[in-house]
Amino acid sequence: MKIYAALSAVTLTALVATTSFAVEPDEMLANPVLEERARIISQDLKCVVCQNETIDESSAPLAQDMRRLVRQRILAGDSNQAVLDYMVDRYGDFVLLRPRVTGQTLLLWFGPFVLLLLGGLIVARYIRRPSITTVQALTPEELAEVEALTRDPNTGNEP
Amino acid sequence: MSDGTPKTNSGRLTAIAPILIALLLVAVFAKRLIDIQGGLDPNQVKSVLLDTPVPEIDLLPLPGRGPGLTTKNLKGEVTVVNIWGSWCVACLSEHPLLMKVAAENTIPLHGIAWRDEPEASLRWLARNGDPYNLIGQDPISEAAIAFGVTGAPETFVVDPEGVIRYKHVGPITITDWAETIAPLVEQLRQ
Amino acid sequence: MNPEIGHYALALALPVALVQAFVPLFGAARRDAALMAVAGPAALLQMLLIGTAFAALTQAFIASDFSVINVYQNSHTAKPLLYKISGVWGNHEGSLLLWVLILAVFGAAVAAFGGALPDRLKARALAVQGMIGTGFLAFILFTSNPFLRVNPTPAQGLGLNPLLQDPGLAIHPPMLYLGYVGFSMAFSFAVAALLEGRVDAAWARWVRPWTLAAWSFLTVGIGLGSWWAYYELGWGGWWFWDPVENASFIPWLTGTALLHSLIVVEKREALKSWTILLAIVTFSLSLLGTFLVRSGILTSVHAFASDPTRGVFVLALLAIAVGGSLTLYAIRAPKLEPGGLFSPISRESGLLINNLFLATAAATVLLGTLYPLIADALELGNLSVGAPYFNTVFIPLMVPLVLLMGIGPMMAWKRSDLAGVLARLKGALFGVGLVFALALSLSGIDAIDIAGSAGIALAAWLFFASFTEWAGRVRLFKLSPANLWKRVRALPRASHGMTIAHMGMAVLIVGVSGSSAWKQENILTMGAGETITVAGFDVTFHGAETIRGPNYESVQGTFSATRGDGKAVTLKPERRIYDQPAQQTTEAAIHTAFWADLYVVLGEGPADTGRYVVRAYFEPFVPFLWYGILMMGLGGLVSLSDRRHRIGAPLRAASIVELAKG
Repeated sequence: MKIYAALSAVTLTALVATTSFAVEPDEMLANPVLEERARIISQDLKCVVCQNETIDESSAPLAQDMRRLVRQRILAGDSNQAVLDYMVDRYGDFVLLRPRVTGQTLLLWFGPFVLLLLGGLIVARYIRRPSITTVQALTPEELAEVEALTRDPNTGNEP
Repeated sequence: MSDGTPKTNSGRLTAIAPILIALLLVAVFAKRLIDIQGGLDPNQVKSVLLDTPVPEIDLLPLPGRGPGLTTKNLKGEVTVVNIWGSWCVACLSEHPLLMKVAAENTIPLHGIAWRDEPEASLRWLARNGDPYNLIGQDPISEAAIAFGVTGAPETFVVDPEGVIRYKHVGPITITDWAETIAPLVEQLRQ
Repeated sequence: MNPEIGHYALALALPVALVQAFVPLFGAARRDAALMAVAGPAALLQMLLIGTAFAALTQAFIASDFSVINVYQNSHTAKPLLYKISGVWGNHEGSLLLWVLILAVFGAAVAAFGGALPDRLKARALAVQGMIGTGFLAFILFTSNPFLRVNPTPAQGLGLNPLLQDPGLAIHPPMLYLGYVGFSMAFSFAVAALLEGRVDAAWARWVRPWTLAAWSFLTVGIGLGSWWAYYELGWGGWWFWDPVENASFIPWLTGTALLHSLIVVEKREALKSWTILLAIVTFSLSLLGTFLVRSGILTSVHAFASDPTRGVFVLALLAIAVGGSLTLYAIRAPKLEPGGLFSPISRESGLLINNLFLATAAATVLLGTLYPLIADALELGNLSVGAPYFNTVFIPLMVPLVLLMGIGPMMAWKRSDLAGVLARLKGALFGVGLVFALALSLSGIDAIDIAGSAGIALAAWLFFASFTEWAGRVRLFKLSPANLWKRVRALPRASHGMTIAHMGMAVLIVGVSGSSAWKQENILTMGAGETITVAGFDVTFHGAETIRGPNYESVQGTFSATRGDGKAVTLKPERRIYDQPAQQTTEAAIHTAFWADLYVVLGEGPADTGRYVVRAYFEPFVPFLWYGILMMGLGGLVSLSDRRHRIGAPLRAASIVELAKG
C-alpha cells in the first residue's frame, strides 16, 4: 500500500515536472469570443491528475491537452454544455466542479436552502412572541437599563 | 437555537441532533479511512467507460516499429491495452510483469505511448525490453482522454467485440494479474 | 540544547496533562478546593515542559542537527535562518508540537490571569484543556514524534519544500493555530459550563475575550494563507475553495457566529444552549480541519504527507472530543434555563438572524467540502465539488447577511424602531446609490459590470451604515472637537472595534467583488524589447538573466510598465529552481498602486530562444482584500483591549457609571 502511494506520488510529480503553466499562448483561440468561452468551460472542469485544480489553472500536461480538446470541440461547433458532456462521457461526473443537479446531488444543491428554511422557522418561533411576556420578564436590573436607555438614546447601546 | 422550547419534544430533538450528525460524519470518515487502508486511492476514479465500446483512435506508430494502433486492432479477440510513458517511474515497476506476459505470448498486449518523445519511448523500450505487440503514439493525449485516463500506467482489458471490460489504475502487480486480469481474459475468451 | 531533553520534556508533559485533566475535575465534583487548585500549577508546568520541547526542536533546526530525522527531512544548511526556524512547523510533527505549545500557553494564561474566575469553572475548564492536551501529546508521542534520531547522521538535510520558504507562509501556521487552538478555550468553558449546569452573563463575559482573540488570529491567519496563494501560486487567484482552505474557513464562520451570540448571552441571558453548541462546534470544526489535512481522506494541494495510521488516531481523538462534548450537550442543554423572548425588531433578533445565516453558510461549506466523501459512502458515485458550486451557493447566503450588518448595530436591545433606524440611514442609502451609479459609469453595463458594481454598492452600504452608527454614537456632527474627543475616548473600545471590523468587512467585499468582476489578463510569448499590454499598461520586457540566491538559482526577468504618460515602474518576476529539493517556484512581480495590482509572471519559453511565456494580470481591488482583513483583525484586537474584556479584570462599576454620564 505504502509503496503504491509513493509510486503514485512519483507518477504525479513526473507529470508535473515537465511543466508548462496554465493556458499557453499557442493554445489560445484567435477569436476572443470563442477563447472566452473556452476559459469559462475550463473553469468548470477538474484537472483529473491534480488535486482540486481546474484545468484552466493547472500546469499538468494532461490539463493542457484537455484545454486543447475543449477548444477543438468549440471550433467543431459544440455548445458549452456539449463540451462538458463530452468530458463527462469519458471521465464521469467526477470531472465537473459544478456538479449537475441530479438525484445524487439534491442534498448538495438544496440542502443549504432547506437548512436556512428550517433554521428560519425555528428563529421565527423564537422571535414571534406576545410582547406582554417580554414586559413581564423584566428584572429590576433590566428596568434600570431601560431607564438609562430612555434617558439618552445614544448610550448604553453597547455592541 | 434550541433553548426557546426546552421542555417540548422539539427542544430535546435539537439537543440530540448535533451528536447524531457528528456520529454520522465520523462513520463516513471511518469508512473512508478503512477504504484507504484497504488500498483505495482517493484520487482514483471508477471509469465510466466500463462496458462501453473502445473509443475511436488512430495512433501513429513509433518510427521504425511496424504499424500504429487503431480501434480495428482492438476487435476480434481479447486484448490488453497499456498506457505508459518513458517519463513514468511507476511504469518501470510493472514492466517485468508485462515482459513475462509477452514472453508467454498468450494474449496481445498493445501499448499507448502517452505524451512522450518517440525517441525517448524507443530508447526506454531498448533498455527495458519491449513487451508490446502494437504501439501507438499519443503525443497530445487524444487517446488518453478518450480512454478517460488519469495517470500512467493504466491498463484496459477489451473483449472481442471491442468493449472495455476492465480498467486497472497504477502498476499491475503479480497478484493483480494472476487473480484478476488473467482469469477475466480467460472468461472473455469463452 | 539536546534533542533528548526536548523528548524527555515532551514525554513528561503527558502525565502532567493527565493530572491536569482528571484531578481538578474530581476536585470540582467533590468540591475539594485542594484538588481543584492542582489545575493551575499543572497548566503552568505543562507550558514549561512543552516550551522546553519546542525550544529543543527549534534549536536542532537552527543548528542543522541532522541526526534528528525530522530536521534531516525538512531542513538544509543553506536555508536562510528564518526558514530554518519556520521549518520547525513546516512539517507534520513540528506543526503538532506548535499546536500543543499554543494550547499549553492558553491554558497557562487562564491559570495565571484567571484569578477572578469562579474556582469550579476554572478547574473544570482547565481540566478540559488538559484532556485536549493529553490527546494531542499522545498523538505526537505515539505516532508523530519529532525527536526521533537517525544513525549514522546524514551530512546534509533534504531541505524544505520551496513553496513553504516564504515569509507569508512562515507565519501563517502559527496565526492559524492561535485561532484554532484559541477556540479550544471557548470549548473548554462550554464543557465546564455544561458540567456546572449553569450559563450566565458572567460566563459569556469570560468566554468572549478568548473567542475574540482566537477569531482575530484566525482572520489574519486565513488572510495570510490567501495572500500567499495570491502571490506565490502565480495566477493571481486568492481563494480556491480547496478543502484545506475550507477547513479553516468553516470554524471562522461558526466562530464569527459565536462571537455575536455571546453578546446576546451577556446582555439578554438568552441563546444559552445555542451559544454552548456553537462553542463546541467551532472547536470541533477546528479539530476536523486538523483531521482532514493530516489523514489523507480528502485530496488537497496543501495537505501534509498523509498517513492513514495517523488518520485513525486523529479520528479517534475527534470522535472522543466531539462525541463526548455533544453527548454532554444532549443531556444537559435541555436543562439550561431558557432565555427571554425576543421582539422581532430588536438587536437580539438581528444577532439571531446573523447566526442563522452564518451557521447555514458554515453548514453549506462543510456540506460542499465533504460531499464527495458522503456521496462515496452512500454509493452515489464519484463527484467533485469545486469553486463554481461554492460561489453559486455561498454568495446568496452572504448578501442578506451583509444587508443586515448595516442595520443590526443601530437596533436597540429589547425593542427597536426599524423606521427610525432606516431614517437615520437615509444618508448612507443616498451614498450607496451614488457609489453604484459611479461604479456603473466607470465600468459599463455588461452583466459582469452590473454584478461587480452591485458588490461594491453592497460594500458601500455596510461601510456607510457602520460609519453612520459610529458617528451617531460619538455625536460626530453635534459636539465641539474637544468634547468629541472625550466622547470618542469614553465610548467602549468594543464599539470602536466592532465599527473597524465591520468596515473591514466592507473593504473586503470591495476586494472580492472588484477583483472577481474586473480582473484582466494577457498572455504572450515574448523576447527582449517586446511589449505586452494589459488594462492600459504597456509592459516592456528587457530580458532575463540567471541569478543565484542562497539556496536556489533563479531566472529573473526585467520589465518596465507604464500607463499613459505615467512614470515607469520596474518589475522583476522570477522563476526559481531550488537546490534541495530540486523544485521550481514562480515569484510573481507585483506592483501595487493602492487600489489595484499589476501582476507579472515569467513562465518558460521555447528552449534556448531567449523567449518566455509572460502573463500580465491587472488585479483591481485585490489590495482591498488585505486592507479589509487587517482591519477586521485590528477591530478584534481593539475590541479585546476593552477594559471589560480584560482578562481577570472584574467588571468595573465605576467605568460604567462614567460611561452612562457620557
